[in-house]
Amino acid sequence: MVDVSYAYRRGTARRIALSGVSLEVATGEFVAVIGANGTGKSTLLRLIAGLLTPDQGSVSVQGEPVIGPGPRASLVFQEPRLLPWRTTLDNVAFPLELAGWRSEARRARAEELLRLVGLRDADHLRPHELSGGMRQRASIARALILEPAVLLLDEPFSALDALTRERFNLHLRALWRKTGASVVLVTHSIPEAVLLADRVVVLTGHPGRVAAVADVDRGTGSGSGTSAAGSDSAAAAIRDALRSDASLPTAAEDGW
Amino acid sequence: MTPRALLHDVGPVALAAAAFVLGWKLLVVVAGYPTFVLPAPEVVAQRLVTAWVDGTMEPHAAATALEVAIGFSVGSTLALGAGYLLARSPLAGRLLSPYLVAAQATPILALAPLLALWFGTGLLSKVIICALIVFFPVAVSAMVAVRSVDRQLIEMASAFGATRRQVVAGVEIPGALPVVFGGIRVGATLAVVGAIIAEWAGGEHGLGVLINLARGSLFDTPLLFATLFTIAGLGVGFYLLIVLVERRLVGARG
Repeated sequence: MVDVSYAYRRGTARRIALSGVSLEVATGEFVAVIGANGTGKSTLLRLIAGLLTPDQGSVSVQGEPVIGPGPRASLVFQEPRLLPWRTTLDNVAFPLELAGWRSEARRARAEELLRLVGLRDADHLRPHELSGGMRQRASIARALILEPAVLLLDEPFSALDALTRERFNLHLRALWRKTGASVVLVTHSIPEAVLLADRVVVLTGHPGRVAAVADVDRGTGSGSGTSAAGSDSAAAAIRDALRSDASLPTAAEDGW
Repeated sequence: MTPRALLHDVGPVALAAAAFVLGWKLLVVVAGYPTFVLPAPEVVAQRLVTAWVDGTMEPHAAATALEVAIGFSVGSTLALGAGYLLARSPLAGRLLSPYLVAAQATPILALAPLLALWFGTGLLSKVIICALIVFFPVAVSAMVAVRSVDRQLIEMASAFGATRRQVVAGVEIPGALPVVFGGIRVGATLAVVGAIIAEWAGGEHGLGVLINLARGSLFDTPLLFATLFTIAGLGVGFYLLIVLVERRLVGARG
Protein backbone atom coordinates (compact mmCIF):
# COMPACT_ATOMS: atom_id res chain seq x y z
CA MET A 1 0.00 0.00 0.00
CA VAL A 2 1.23 3.45 -0.90
CA ASP A 3 0.70 6.70 0.96
CA VAL A 4 -2.68 5.69 2.33
CA SER A 5 -4.91 7.95 4.38
CA TYR A 6 -8.31 7.18 5.76
CA ALA A 7 -10.84 9.08 7.85
CA TYR A 8 -13.96 7.73 9.47
CA ARG A 9 -16.97 9.94 8.98
CA ARG A 10 -19.97 10.24 11.14
CA GLY A 11 -22.32 12.92 9.93
CA THR A 12 -20.06 15.88 9.27
CA ALA A 13 -17.43 14.85 11.82
CA ARG A 14 -14.24 13.28 10.52
CA ARG A 15 -11.81 11.29 12.54
CA ILE A 16 -8.62 10.65 10.66
CA ALA A 17 -7.41 7.16 11.47
CA LEU A 18 -4.43 6.84 9.18
CA SER A 19 -2.34 9.44 7.48
CA GLY A 20 0.17 8.80 4.71
CA VAL A 21 0.98 5.21 5.59
CA SER A 22 3.02 3.18 3.14
CA LEU A 23 3.73 -0.48 3.61
CA GLU A 24 5.00 -3.19 1.35
CA VAL A 25 4.76 -6.85 2.22
CA ALA A 26 6.74 -9.33 0.13
CA THR A 27 5.21 -12.61 -0.97
CA GLY A 28 5.40 -15.07 1.89
CA GLU A 29 6.59 -12.48 4.35
CA PHE A 30 5.32 -12.26 7.93
CA VAL A 31 4.85 -8.66 9.03
CA ALA A 32 3.59 -7.53 12.41
CA VAL A 33 1.97 -4.15 12.94
CA ILE A 34 2.22 -2.82 16.45
CA GLY A 35 0.89 0.31 18.06
CA ALA A 36 -1.27 1.70 20.83
CA ASN A 37 -5.05 1.87 20.62
CA GLY A 38 -6.31 4.38 18.11
CA THR A 39 -3.26 4.32 15.84
CA GLY A 40 -5.31 2.82 13.03
CA LYS A 41 -4.03 -0.76 13.10
CA SER A 42 -7.44 -2.30 12.47
CA THR A 43 -8.19 0.33 9.84
CA LEU A 44 -5.02 -0.69 8.06
CA LEU A 45 -6.17 -4.32 7.86
CA ARG A 46 -9.65 -3.33 6.68
CA LEU A 47 -8.12 -1.25 3.92
CA ILE A 48 -6.03 -4.19 2.73
CA ALA A 49 -9.08 -6.48 3.00
CA GLY A 50 -11.07 -4.10 0.83
CA LEU A 51 -13.69 -3.48 3.50
CA LEU A 52 -12.72 0.19 3.49
CA THR A 53 -11.60 2.30 0.53
CA PRO A 54 -8.74 4.74 1.13
CA ASP A 55 -9.50 8.48 0.88
CA GLN A 56 -6.06 8.96 -0.55
CA GLY A 57 -3.37 6.64 -1.86
CA SER A 58 -3.86 3.12 -3.08
CA VAL A 59 -3.80 -0.44 -1.89
CA SER A 60 -2.84 -3.34 -4.10
CA VAL A 61 -2.37 -7.06 -3.61
CA GLN A 62 -0.26 -9.04 -6.06
CA GLY A 63 0.11 -5.92 -8.19
CA GLU A 64 -3.61 -5.41 -8.65
CA PRO A 65 -5.50 -2.61 -6.92
CA VAL A 66 -7.95 -3.63 -4.20
CA ILE A 67 -11.40 -2.34 -5.07
CA GLY A 68 -13.45 -4.40 -2.63
CA PRO A 69 -13.38 -7.56 -0.55
CA GLY A 70 -12.01 -10.47 -2.50
CA PRO A 71 -10.41 -13.88 -2.12
CA ARG A 72 -6.85 -12.50 -2.37
CA ALA A 73 -6.84 -11.12 1.16
CA SER A 74 -8.81 -12.57 4.03
CA LEU A 75 -9.29 -11.34 7.52
CA VAL A 76 -9.22 -13.08 10.88
CA PHE A 77 -11.01 -10.86 13.37
CA GLN A 78 -10.30 -10.26 17.01
CA GLU A 79 -13.45 -12.28 17.77
CA PRO A 80 -14.10 -15.60 16.02
CA ARG A 81 -17.28 -14.26 14.37
CA LEU A 82 -18.70 -17.68 13.61
CA LEU A 83 -22.35 -18.01 12.61
CA PRO A 84 -23.96 -19.48 15.75
CA TRP A 85 -26.53 -21.57 13.84
CA ARG A 86 -23.93 -23.34 11.71
CA THR A 87 -21.69 -26.28 12.50
CA THR A 88 -17.93 -25.83 12.49
CA LEU A 89 -17.73 -27.44 9.06
CA ASP A 90 -20.36 -25.14 7.57
CA ASN A 91 -18.77 -22.12 9.21
CA VAL A 92 -15.39 -22.94 7.71
CA ALA A 93 -17.02 -23.58 4.33
CA PHE A 94 -18.95 -20.28 4.42
CA PRO A 95 -16.58 -18.39 2.04
CA LEU A 96 -16.83 -21.29 -0.45
CA GLU A 97 -20.60 -21.08 -0.28
CA LEU A 98 -20.47 -17.36 -1.01
CA ALA A 99 -18.17 -18.10 -3.93
CA GLY A 100 -20.68 -20.59 -5.32
CA TRP A 101 -18.82 -23.88 -4.77
CA ARG A 102 -20.78 -27.11 -5.05
CA SER A 103 -21.64 -28.82 -1.79
CA GLU A 104 -19.39 -31.93 -2.15
CA ALA A 105 -16.38 -29.83 -3.13
CA ARG A 106 -17.12 -27.51 -0.25
CA ARG A 107 -17.21 -30.36 2.20
CA ALA A 108 -13.96 -31.90 1.00
CA ARG A 109 -12.08 -28.61 1.10
CA ALA A 110 -13.48 -27.65 4.51
CA GLU A 111 -12.48 -31.02 5.97
CA GLU A 112 -8.96 -30.49 4.68
CA LEU A 113 -8.77 -27.13 6.45
CA LEU A 114 -10.26 -28.54 9.66
CA ARG A 115 -7.52 -31.18 9.67
CA LEU A 116 -4.91 -28.45 9.18
CA VAL A 117 -6.05 -26.61 12.32
CA GLY A 118 -6.78 -29.78 14.28
CA LEU A 119 -10.56 -29.50 14.40
CA ARG A 120 -11.45 -32.55 12.34
CA ASP A 121 -13.36 -34.11 15.25
CA ALA A 122 -15.33 -30.95 15.97
CA ASP A 123 -16.80 -30.56 12.48
CA HIS A 124 -20.39 -31.23 13.57
CA LEU A 125 -20.36 -29.02 16.69
CA ARG A 126 -21.82 -25.54 16.88
CA PRO A 127 -19.80 -22.53 18.04
CA HIS A 128 -21.28 -22.53 21.56
CA GLU A 129 -20.00 -26.07 22.03
CA LEU A 130 -16.40 -25.09 21.21
CA SER A 131 -13.77 -23.55 23.49
CA GLY A 132 -12.50 -20.05 22.76
CA GLY A 133 -9.34 -21.43 21.21
CA MET A 134 -11.22 -23.87 18.99
CA ARG A 135 -13.48 -21.09 17.76
CA GLN A 136 -10.53 -18.94 16.80
CA ARG A 137 -8.91 -21.90 15.01
CA ALA A 138 -12.12 -22.38 13.04
CA SER A 139 -12.02 -18.72 12.15
CA ILE A 140 -8.43 -19.09 10.89
CA ALA A 141 -9.42 -22.15 8.85
CA ARG A 142 -12.26 -20.13 7.35
CA ALA A 143 -9.85 -17.35 6.39
CA LEU A 144 -7.44 -19.81 4.74
CA ILE A 145 -10.02 -21.79 2.81
CA LEU A 146 -9.86 -19.70 -0.38
CA GLU A 147 -6.04 -19.77 -0.34
CA PRO A 148 -5.57 -16.03 0.08
CA ALA A 149 -2.32 -14.37 -0.97
CA VAL A 150 -2.44 -12.32 2.22
CA LEU A 151 -3.75 -13.43 5.58
CA LEU A 152 -4.73 -10.50 7.78
CA LEU A 153 -4.86 -11.14 11.52
CA ASP A 154 -6.43 -8.56 13.82
CA GLU A 155 -5.19 -9.45 17.31
CA PRO A 156 -6.55 -12.94 16.75
CA PHE A 157 -5.54 -14.40 20.10
CA SER A 158 -6.16 -11.44 22.38
CA ALA A 159 -9.20 -13.12 23.98
CA LEU A 160 -7.25 -16.27 24.87
CA ASP A 161 -5.35 -16.93 28.05
CA ALA A 162 -1.60 -16.36 28.03
CA LEU A 163 -0.58 -20.03 27.85
CA THR A 164 -2.98 -20.90 25.04
CA ARG A 165 -1.89 -17.78 23.27
CA GLU A 166 1.76 -18.79 23.42
CA ARG A 167 0.93 -22.20 21.97
CA PHE A 168 -1.24 -20.73 19.25
CA ASN A 169 1.49 -18.34 18.19
CA LEU A 170 3.82 -21.25 17.54
CA HIS A 171 1.09 -23.06 15.60
CA LEU A 172 0.44 -19.90 13.65
CA ARG A 173 4.03 -19.67 12.53
CA ALA A 174 3.99 -23.32 11.46
CA LEU A 175 0.73 -22.79 9.61
CA TRP A 176 2.21 -19.79 7.83
CA ARG A 177 5.14 -21.91 6.61
CA LYS A 178 2.74 -24.56 5.32
CA THR A 179 0.46 -22.21 3.41
CA GLY A 180 3.10 -19.83 2.06
CA ALA A 181 0.75 -16.86 2.34
CA SER A 182 1.93 -13.42 3.34
CA VAL A 183 0.77 -12.51 6.80
CA VAL A 184 0.01 -9.14 8.32
CA LEU A 185 -0.53 -9.49 12.06
CA VAL A 186 -1.83 -6.66 14.20
CA THR A 187 -0.85 -6.96 17.84
CA HIS A 188 -0.34 -5.05 21.07
CA SER A 189 2.45 -7.27 22.23
CA ILE A 190 6.10 -6.60 21.45
CA PRO A 191 7.26 -10.14 22.35
CA GLU A 192 4.56 -11.60 20.14
CA ALA A 193 5.51 -9.36 17.24
CA VAL A 194 9.18 -10.19 17.55
CA LEU A 195 8.52 -13.90 18.03
CA LEU A 196 6.41 -14.25 14.92
CA ALA A 197 7.33 -11.62 12.38
CA ASP A 198 10.17 -11.04 9.96
CA ARG A 199 9.51 -7.35 10.12
CA VAL A 200 7.69 -5.19 12.65
CA VAL A 201 5.99 -1.95 11.67
CA VAL A 202 5.38 0.51 14.49
CA LEU A 203 2.40 2.85 14.17
CA THR A 204 2.14 5.87 16.46
CA GLY A 205 0.02 8.95 16.94
CA HIS A 206 -3.47 10.08 16.02
CA PRO A 207 -3.85 9.75 13.10
CA GLY A 208 -1.53 6.79 12.82
CA ARG A 209 1.76 7.05 10.95
CA VAL A 210 4.61 4.64 10.50
CA ALA A 211 7.11 5.57 13.22
CA ALA A 212 9.64 2.79 12.63
CA VAL A 213 10.20 -0.47 10.84
CA ALA A 214 12.31 -3.05 12.63
CA ASP A 215 13.72 -6.09 10.88
CA VAL A 216 13.88 -9.13 13.05
CA ASP A 217 17.12 -10.95 12.49
CA ARG A 218 16.22 -14.61 12.28
CA GLY A 219 19.84 -15.77 12.22
CA THR A 220 21.24 -17.62 9.23
CA GLY A 221 20.65 -21.12 8.07
CA SER A 222 18.45 -22.46 10.82
CA GLY A 223 15.30 -20.70 9.57
CA SER A 224 13.21 -21.92 12.46
CA GLY A 225 14.10 -19.94 15.53
CA THR A 226 14.87 -16.33 16.08
CA SER A 227 18.36 -15.56 17.26
CA ALA A 228 18.23 -14.10 20.72
CA ALA A 229 20.39 -11.13 19.82
CA GLY A 230 18.31 -10.37 16.73
CA SER A 231 15.02 -10.38 18.56
CA ASP A 232 16.40 -8.32 21.43
CA SER A 233 17.66 -5.60 19.16
CA ALA A 234 14.39 -5.55 17.25
CA ALA A 235 12.42 -5.31 20.47
CA ALA A 236 14.63 -2.48 21.66
CA ALA A 237 14.10 -0.60 18.41
CA ILE A 238 10.32 -1.02 18.73
CA ARG A 239 10.35 0.20 22.32
CA ASP A 240 12.34 3.26 21.30
CA ALA A 241 9.88 4.06 18.55
CA LEU A 242 6.90 3.67 20.84
CA ARG A 243 8.51 5.76 23.55
CA SER A 244 9.19 8.64 21.18
CA ASP A 245 5.47 8.83 20.34
CA ALA A 246 4.74 12.45 21.22
CA SER A 247 1.00 11.92 21.23
CA LEU A 248 1.13 9.54 24.15
CA PRO A 249 1.29 10.90 27.68
CA THR A 250 4.58 10.26 29.41
CA ALA A 251 4.74 8.19 32.57
CA ALA A 252 4.83 11.35 34.68
CA GLU A 253 1.73 12.77 33.00
CA ASP A 254 -0.07 9.52 33.53
CA GLY A 255 0.56 9.95 37.25
CA TRP A 256 2.63 6.81 37.71
CA MET B 1 -41.44 -39.65 23.68
CA THR B 2 -41.19 -41.87 26.75
CA PRO B 3 -44.31 -42.30 28.95
CA ARG B 4 -42.49 -40.44 31.67
CA ALA B 5 -41.71 -37.45 29.45
CA LEU B 6 -45.29 -37.50 28.19
CA LEU B 7 -46.54 -37.39 31.76
CA HIS B 8 -44.16 -34.52 32.45
CA ASP B 9 -45.44 -32.54 29.43
CA VAL B 10 -49.13 -33.35 29.46
CA GLY B 11 -49.65 -33.99 33.17
CA PRO B 12 -49.83 -30.36 34.34
CA VAL B 13 -52.04 -29.39 31.38
CA ALA B 14 -54.51 -32.19 32.16
CA LEU B 15 -54.46 -31.28 35.83
CA ALA B 16 -55.23 -27.62 35.12
CA ALA B 17 -58.05 -28.62 32.76
CA ALA B 18 -59.54 -30.94 35.36
CA ALA B 19 -59.41 -28.20 38.00
CA PHE B 20 -61.05 -25.75 35.59
CA VAL B 21 -63.93 -28.11 34.74
CA LEU B 22 -64.41 -29.01 38.39
CA GLY B 23 -64.56 -25.36 39.46
CA TRP B 24 -67.01 -24.64 36.66
CA LYS B 25 -69.29 -27.50 37.68
CA LEU B 26 -69.10 -26.42 41.31
CA LEU B 27 -70.09 -22.87 40.38
CA VAL B 28 -73.12 -24.13 38.45
CA VAL B 29 -74.21 -26.44 41.26
CA VAL B 30 -73.60 -24.07 44.17
CA ALA B 31 -74.89 -20.87 42.58
CA GLY B 32 -77.60 -22.69 40.68
CA TYR B 33 -77.32 -20.69 37.43
CA PRO B 34 -79.89 -21.58 34.78
CA THR B 35 -78.57 -23.19 31.60
CA PHE B 36 -79.15 -20.08 29.47
CA VAL B 37 -76.75 -18.14 31.69
CA LEU B 38 -74.10 -20.71 32.54
CA PRO B 39 -74.61 -24.26 31.29
CA ALA B 40 -72.89 -27.09 33.13
CA PRO B 41 -69.71 -28.46 31.58
CA GLU B 42 -71.27 -31.77 30.58
CA VAL B 43 -74.11 -29.94 28.80
CA VAL B 44 -71.58 -27.91 26.82
CA ALA B 45 -69.53 -31.02 26.05
CA GLN B 46 -72.62 -32.77 24.75
CA ARG B 47 -73.63 -29.76 22.63
CA LEU B 48 -70.09 -29.56 21.25
CA VAL B 49 -70.23 -33.18 20.12
CA THR B 50 -73.69 -32.93 18.56
CA ALA B 51 -72.81 -29.66 16.82
CA TRP B 52 -69.85 -31.36 15.16
CA VAL B 53 -71.77 -34.56 14.40
CA ASP B 54 -74.87 -32.92 12.90
CA GLY B 55 -72.73 -30.59 10.78
CA THR B 56 -73.62 -27.29 12.49
CA MET B 57 -70.07 -26.44 13.52
CA GLU B 58 -67.94 -27.78 10.70
CA PRO B 59 -68.66 -25.28 7.86
CA HIS B 60 -68.27 -22.34 10.26
CA ALA B 61 -65.03 -23.68 11.71
CA ALA B 62 -63.66 -24.34 8.22
CA ALA B 63 -64.55 -20.80 7.10
CA THR B 64 -62.80 -19.25 10.09
CA ALA B 65 -59.75 -21.48 9.72
CA LEU B 66 -59.42 -20.45 6.07
CA GLU B 67 -59.68 -16.75 6.94
CA VAL B 68 -57.07 -17.14 9.67
CA ALA B 69 -54.68 -19.06 7.41
CA ILE B 70 -54.87 -16.62 4.49
CA GLY B 71 -55.06 -13.48 6.63
CA PHE B 72 -52.11 -14.54 8.77
CA SER B 73 -49.98 -15.51 5.76
CA VAL B 74 -50.66 -12.25 3.92
CA GLY B 75 -50.29 -10.08 7.01
CA SER B 76 -47.09 -11.65 8.29
CA THR B 77 -45.45 -11.77 4.85
CA LEU B 78 -46.06 -8.06 4.31
CA ALA B 79 -45.00 -7.35 7.89
CA LEU B 80 -41.69 -9.19 7.53
CA GLY B 81 -40.85 -7.10 4.46
CA ALA B 82 -41.91 -3.90 6.17
CA GLY B 83 -39.99 -4.79 9.32
CA TYR B 84 -36.81 -5.32 7.31
CA LEU B 85 -37.32 -1.99 5.56
CA LEU B 86 -37.95 -0.23 8.87
CA ALA B 87 -34.77 -1.70 10.32
CA ARG B 88 -32.49 -0.92 7.40
CA SER B 89 -33.80 2.35 6.04
CA PRO B 90 -33.91 5.26 8.49
CA LEU B 91 -36.05 7.19 5.96
CA ALA B 92 -38.63 4.41 5.82
CA GLY B 93 -38.62 4.33 9.61
CA ARG B 94 -39.34 8.04 9.86
CA LEU B 95 -41.99 7.93 7.12
CA LEU B 96 -43.87 4.83 8.20
CA SER B 97 -43.55 4.60 11.98
CA PRO B 98 -46.20 7.23 12.89
CA TYR B 99 -48.77 5.65 10.55
CA LEU B 100 -47.96 2.19 11.77
CA VAL B 101 -48.49 3.20 15.38
CA ALA B 102 -51.62 5.23 14.58
CA ALA B 103 -53.11 2.29 12.68
CA GLN B 104 -52.37 0.02 15.60
CA ALA B 105 -53.84 2.47 18.11
CA THR B 106 -57.12 2.62 16.17
CA PRO B 107 -59.16 -0.35 17.44
CA ILE B 108 -59.66 -2.93 14.74
CA LEU B 109 -63.17 -3.36 16.15
CA ALA B 110 -63.95 0.20 15.01
CA LEU B 111 -62.38 -0.29 11.59
CA ALA B 112 -64.04 -3.61 10.83
CA PRO B 113 -67.50 -2.26 9.84
CA LEU B 114 -65.87 0.25 7.50
CA LEU B 115 -63.74 -2.43 5.84
CA ALA B 116 -66.79 -4.66 5.50
CA LEU B 117 -68.60 -1.75 3.82
CA TRP B 118 -65.75 -1.23 1.35
CA PHE B 119 -64.75 -4.79 0.61
CA GLY B 120 -68.03 -6.64 1.11
CA THR B 121 -68.88 -9.36 3.59
CA GLY B 122 -67.01 -12.10 1.72
CA LEU B 123 -63.57 -13.59 2.30
CA LEU B 124 -61.68 -10.47 1.17
CA SER B 125 -62.71 -8.18 4.01
CA LYS B 126 -61.96 -10.92 6.54
CA VAL B 127 -58.50 -11.51 5.13
CA ILE B 128 -57.79 -7.79 5.21
CA ILE B 129 -58.89 -7.41 8.84
CA CYS B 130 -56.94 -10.52 9.84
CA ALA B 131 -53.84 -9.28 8.03
CA LEU B 132 -54.13 -5.85 9.63
CA ILE B 133 -54.23 -7.20 13.15
CA VAL B 134 -51.29 -9.55 12.48
CA PHE B 135 -49.20 -6.87 10.81
CA PHE B 136 -48.11 -4.75 13.76
CA PRO B 137 -46.59 -7.32 16.16
CA VAL B 138 -44.83 -9.13 13.32
CA ALA B 139 -43.49 -5.94 11.72
CA VAL B 140 -42.20 -4.58 15.02
CA SER B 141 -40.54 -7.86 16.00
CA ALA B 142 -38.97 -8.16 12.53
CA MET B 143 -37.61 -4.63 12.81
CA VAL B 144 -36.14 -5.26 16.25
CA ALA B 145 -34.81 -8.65 15.13
CA VAL B 146 -33.01 -7.33 12.06
CA ARG B 147 -31.57 -4.44 14.04
CA SER B 148 -30.28 -6.86 16.65
CA VAL B 149 -28.37 -9.02 14.16
CA ASP B 150 -24.68 -8.92 15.10
CA ARG B 151 -22.97 -6.22 12.99
CA GLN B 152 -19.70 -8.09 13.32
CA LEU B 153 -21.16 -11.10 11.54
CA ILE B 154 -22.37 -8.88 8.70
CA GLU B 155 -18.90 -7.34 8.41
CA MET B 156 -17.40 -10.84 8.43
CA ALA B 157 -19.65 -11.91 5.55
CA SER B 158 -18.76 -8.77 3.59
CA ALA B 159 -15.08 -9.42 4.18
CA PHE B 160 -15.52 -12.80 2.47
CA GLY B 161 -17.13 -11.11 -0.50
CA ALA B 162 -20.80 -11.68 0.30
CA THR B 163 -23.21 -9.76 -1.92
CA ARG B 164 -26.08 -7.80 -0.37
CA ARG B 165 -28.41 -10.67 -1.16
CA GLN B 166 -26.03 -13.22 0.40
CA VAL B 167 -25.78 -11.13 3.56
CA VAL B 168 -29.58 -11.05 3.80
CA ALA B 169 -30.05 -14.77 3.17
CA GLY B 170 -26.97 -16.06 4.98
CA VAL B 171 -26.68 -13.78 8.00
CA GLU B 172 -29.58 -11.40 8.54
CA ILE B 173 -32.51 -13.78 8.08
CA PRO B 174 -31.14 -16.70 10.11
CA GLY B 175 -29.82 -14.26 12.71
CA ALA B 176 -33.20 -12.54 13.04
CA LEU B 177 -35.38 -15.68 13.17
CA PRO B 178 -35.45 -16.31 16.94
CA VAL B 179 -36.70 -12.80 17.70
CA VAL B 180 -39.04 -12.71 14.69
CA PHE B 181 -40.81 -15.80 15.96
CA GLY B 182 -41.72 -13.98 19.16
CA GLY B 183 -43.82 -11.58 17.09
CA ILE B 184 -45.16 -14.33 14.85
CA ARG B 185 -46.50 -16.19 17.90
CA VAL B 186 -48.38 -13.09 19.04
CA GLY B 187 -49.61 -12.58 15.48
CA ALA B 188 -50.87 -16.16 15.24
CA THR B 189 -53.18 -15.75 18.23
CA LEU B 190 -54.33 -12.31 17.09
CA ALA B 191 -55.19 -13.72 13.65
CA VAL B 192 -58.02 -15.73 15.22
CA VAL B 193 -59.26 -12.63 17.07
CA GLY B 194 -59.19 -10.70 13.78
CA ALA B 195 -61.22 -13.36 11.97
CA ILE B 196 -63.94 -13.38 14.65
CA ILE B 197 -64.17 -9.58 14.67
CA ALA B 198 -64.39 -9.55 10.88
CA GLU B 199 -67.21 -12.09 10.97
CA TRP B 200 -69.11 -9.97 13.47
CA ALA B 201 -68.84 -7.03 11.12
CA GLY B 202 -70.76 -8.97 8.50
CA GLY B 203 -70.86 -12.34 6.85
CA GLU B 204 -72.75 -15.62 6.58
CA HIS B 205 -70.10 -18.10 7.68
CA GLY B 206 -67.59 -18.44 10.47
CA LEU B 207 -67.47 -19.12 14.17
CA GLY B 208 -68.05 -15.43 14.92
CA VAL B 209 -71.31 -15.63 12.99
CA LEU B 210 -72.26 -18.80 14.86
CA ILE B 211 -71.71 -17.01 18.18
CA ASN B 212 -74.16 -14.31 17.11
CA LEU B 213 -76.63 -16.94 15.93
CA ALA B 214 -76.41 -18.95 19.15
CA ARG B 215 -76.83 -15.89 21.31
CA GLY B 216 -79.53 -14.20 19.26
CA SER B 217 -81.93 -16.10 17.04
CA LEU B 218 -81.24 -19.60 18.37
CA PHE B 219 -80.95 -18.58 22.03
CA ASP B 220 -78.77 -21.67 22.52
CA THR B 221 -76.26 -20.83 25.26
CA PRO B 222 -74.64 -24.31 25.29
CA LEU B 223 -73.94 -23.85 21.54
CA LEU B 224 -72.45 -20.45 22.32
CA PHE B 225 -70.07 -22.10 24.78
CA ALA B 226 -69.33 -24.95 22.37
CA THR B 227 -68.41 -22.36 19.73
CA LEU B 228 -66.15 -20.54 22.19
CA PHE B 229 -64.30 -23.77 22.87
CA THR B 230 -63.96 -24.42 19.16
CA ILE B 231 -62.49 -20.94 18.67
CA ALA B 232 -60.07 -21.48 21.54
CA GLY B 233 -59.13 -24.88 20.08
CA LEU B 234 -58.50 -23.32 16.69
CA GLY B 235 -56.30 -20.67 18.28
CA VAL B 236 -54.28 -23.15 20.31
CA GLY B 237 -53.91 -25.48 17.32
CA PHE B 238 -52.66 -22.67 15.11
CA TYR B 239 -50.25 -21.48 17.81
CA LEU B 240 -48.84 -24.98 18.26
CA LEU B 241 -48.36 -25.26 14.51
CA ILE B 242 -46.28 -22.06 14.59
CA VAL B 243 -44.24 -23.36 17.54
CA LEU B 244 -43.58 -26.55 15.57
CA VAL B 245 -42.35 -24.58 12.55
CA GLU B 246 -40.21 -22.46 14.88
CA ARG B 247 -38.59 -25.55 16.38
CA ARG B 248 -37.77 -26.83 12.91
CA LEU B 249 -36.27 -23.54 11.76
CA VAL B 250 -34.55 -22.23 14.86
CA GLY B 251 -33.88 -25.66 16.31
CA ALA B 252 -30.75 -26.32 18.33
CA ARG B 253 -28.84 -23.13 18.97
CA GLY B 254 -26.71 -21.99 21.82
